[in-house]
Amino acid sequence: MLKRLRQRILVYLAVLGPGVITAVVDNDAGGIFMYSEAGARFGYTLLWTMIPVTVILIITQVMCSRMAAVTGKGLSDLIREEFGLRTTFFVMAALLLVNLTNVTANFAGIAGSLELFGISKYFSVPFGAILVWTLVVRGTYRTVEKIFLVASFFYLSYAISAFLVQPDWTAAISASVTPVVSLEGPYLVLLIGLVGTSVAPWMQFYLQASIVEKGVDIKQYPESRTEVIVGCIVMAFIKFFVIVACAGAIWSNGPREIHDVSEAAEALRPLGDYAYILFSAGLFNASLLAASILPLSTAYSVCEGLGFESGVNHRFSEAKVFYWLYTLLIAVGAGLVLWPNFPIVRMILLSQVLNGFLLPVILILILILANRRELMGKWVNSPIYNLLAYATVAIVIVLSVTLTLVSG
Amino acid sequence: MATITVDAERIVYLTELTGMRVDGPNGRRIGRVREVAIAPSEHPHRVSRFLIGSGKTPFMVRYDQVKSISMDGIQLADDHFVPYYPDEGLLLLCKDLLDQQIVDVNGRKVVRVNDIALRIIAASERDELWIQEVGVGLQGAFRRLTEGLMPSAWIRDVQRRIKPNSIPWDFCNIIEPDPRRRLKLHISHDRIGSIHPSDLADIVEELAPAEREALFETLDEHVAAEALTEIRPKIQVSIVESLDKERAADIIEEMAPDSAADVLSELQNETSQGILKDMEQEPAAEVEELLEHEEDTAGGLMNTQYIALHEHALAEDATEALRGNDNLLATLTHLFLIDRDEHLVGTVPVAKLFIAEPRLPLRDLAILDPISVDLDADEETVIELFDKYNLFALPVVDDDDELCGVITADDVISVLTPDP
Repeated sequence: MLKRLRQRILVYLAVLGPGVITAVVDNDAGGIFMYSEAGARFGYTLLWTMIPVTVILIITQVMCSRMAAVTGKGLSDLIREEFGLRTTFFVMAALLLVNLTNVTANFAGIAGSLELFGISKYFSVPFGAILVWTLVVRGTYRTVEKIFLVASFFYLSYAISAFLVQPDWTAAISASVTPVVSLEGPYLVLLIGLVGTSVAPWMQFYLQASIVEKGVDIKQYPESRTEVIVGCIVMAFIKFFVIVACAGAIWSNGPREIHDVSEAAEALRPLGDYAYILFSAGLFNASLLAASILPLSTAYSVCEGLGFESGVNHRFSEAKVFYWLYTLLIAVGAGLVLWPNFPIVRMILLSQVLNGFLLPVILILILILANRRELMGKWVNSPIYNLLAYATVAIVIVLSVTLTLVSG
Repeated sequence: MATITVDAERIVYLTELTGMRVDGPNGRRIGRVREVAIAPSEHPHRVSRFLIGSGKTPFMVRYDQVKSISMDGIQLADDHFVPYYPDEGLLLLCKDLLDQQIVDVNGRKVVRVNDIALRIIAASERDELWIQEVGVGLQGAFRRLTEGLMPSAWIRDVQRRIKPNSIPWDFCNIIEPDPRRRLKLHISHDRIGSIHPSDLADIVEELAPAEREALFETLDEHVAAEALTEIRPKIQVSIVESLDKERAADIIEEMAPDSAADVLSELQNETSQGILKDMEQEPAAEVEELLEHEEDTAGGLMNTQYIALHEHALAEDATEALRGNDNLLATLTHLFLIDRDEHLVGTVPVAKLFIAEPRLPLRDLAILDPISVDLDADEETVIELFDKYNLFALPVVDDDDELCGVITADDVISVLTPDP
């Protein structure tokens, strides 16, 4: 019995990583900004989006994890093999652009969070960029994944800072299960943003590739699926705590708009240094983690799809395109933050527009792939799963296109 | 294959071929090329079928119905067409080859196919298309991206300036996971078998699990064993588990006992017991003995394949022993001298035998009272001994000082190299 239990735990540990990392990185600097704003302006009312977002995330992510376990191939490999070079090329070009803006946003997050501690961005951003670059180029995939996993635990800082703020927990919990739809403009925009950006194109690529890298096969798939689902739930809790912290600290003292995450952190200051420090540290951690994973995942997906050697297990001379792409993503992403007067806000809006175009394409490709019998065999989507998946994809597409139109 | 001076006029790329117009004998327009196929069991290079038309069932034309092929289109000699139904013996170039991964045997790596260059060969009274090479570089990618968006002549003009990166068809190895289809397609992995096992291991690691199995099912046992030794533990496990038990046993039998033990120790207990049962008795016993030692101790690192001679043996006895163990010679550096109770007495560097008189006692060549290590010493100790005494081979002894095995320098290097 004990031995069985031990073996079970070992199996879970063996598949641990991809799902949790993907889901928590979904709460990157951009995500945390949106949650902070939701909390600051509308208090607890938007908390109900947490449950539908988790469901949407689970439905899309589980499809990718199943494809990884069945085919042993990454999403970009599958797109290339099933849809040809032209489709792959355009998807990869768009992914590269979208992710570059995401990388920039997260370096901006690093700069913003460390400025709260009085560290100049001219020091923090280059330092962060070098740290991220060395970590991946000098480390092996296994150590890198372990570091990412450990970093995922630091998201707990949001939970602690939420407790320190002493919010109205009963209100928070009841709001989590009470959907409120208001046609008030800003509320609607935030609502669409919270749901529409919960699924990002890079996540599908990163998740599927890292499950393949783990060597998960169809026998381990049930554990891997559980891990993916747990990851999505963890993500929802982080989101919950960020919204609650901002609702408790800002909204309860008078609702207001915030312009960046640092403002949210500042607002926590009167409630004590710890809440403030933890919130800022959480932001730094989230930005740094996303700034490490996004360039890596992008370079990997692009190279796999277009047929270049890729992966941190290759030497520089063997995988030149991979390392150059990776290096450029970091250098350009970090460089743009340091560029005086660079219109970062406009760039983030642009990224949302591109995202709105790319996401529907990728979700539809995933649906087609997950239903292809010659690829998936008996592991194609079941009719019920398909119903849920089509509904999810339709919702996400409508919301992200609406968001694109609103922000554009 | 002889080098052919490339006459650009006679080359057609698959991207250009698909969509090319097809005319009947009296100039009547028939349709457009949708797909071409080779039948490797008939001819390894020649395009054997053209699929024409769109819709659910295109129709099919055999190569000997074609009169002429040029950039302007294909002329048929007759108009007897049959509908096309999927046939496992046909390799469809667009579906089965384009965008897929193949093994470049010459370059020893896995590559993705961007385009395929075919050559128009004039046979008696008709033209044939032969596959010449597979494009894996920017040239092919550029053509794929731009075909149909600008005139063919322009594309050719630009692509001439791009450095070509292609693999002659003879050096391409397609990996087909379905064994039945593999047989029908005449895909063999003979050429892959000639790749160095370490390179082969890298190739295998790049493939998806189904493709890895496909490769391992067809490799010669000896080659498979050597390649398996070099593969990362996690992938080793997935390969061994995917093979049927007898095949796995055959391959593991061919491995050096220490590597075999390493593989088996990673497997689930039931699986490894099953494989051991299917192995020949002698190698199975050696491996089982090694399995008893902890992985990161001297016992776990050592190999039980070594040559030991009695302490009073002569140089000619040693030469004789070497002859009887020619499978070990490629890497052997030392012989061991033991007494009647198998206690380690000395080590003899193999090279010294070359200059020794046949009747010379081995004791005179030996390093007596050599450095040795205990079975349960940890990895660190082993590494330190190798470093301190500049060893190539380190004998391992048990509590009674009896010789149990030997650790060689390559084992230590494997320990020191971080796992990717």
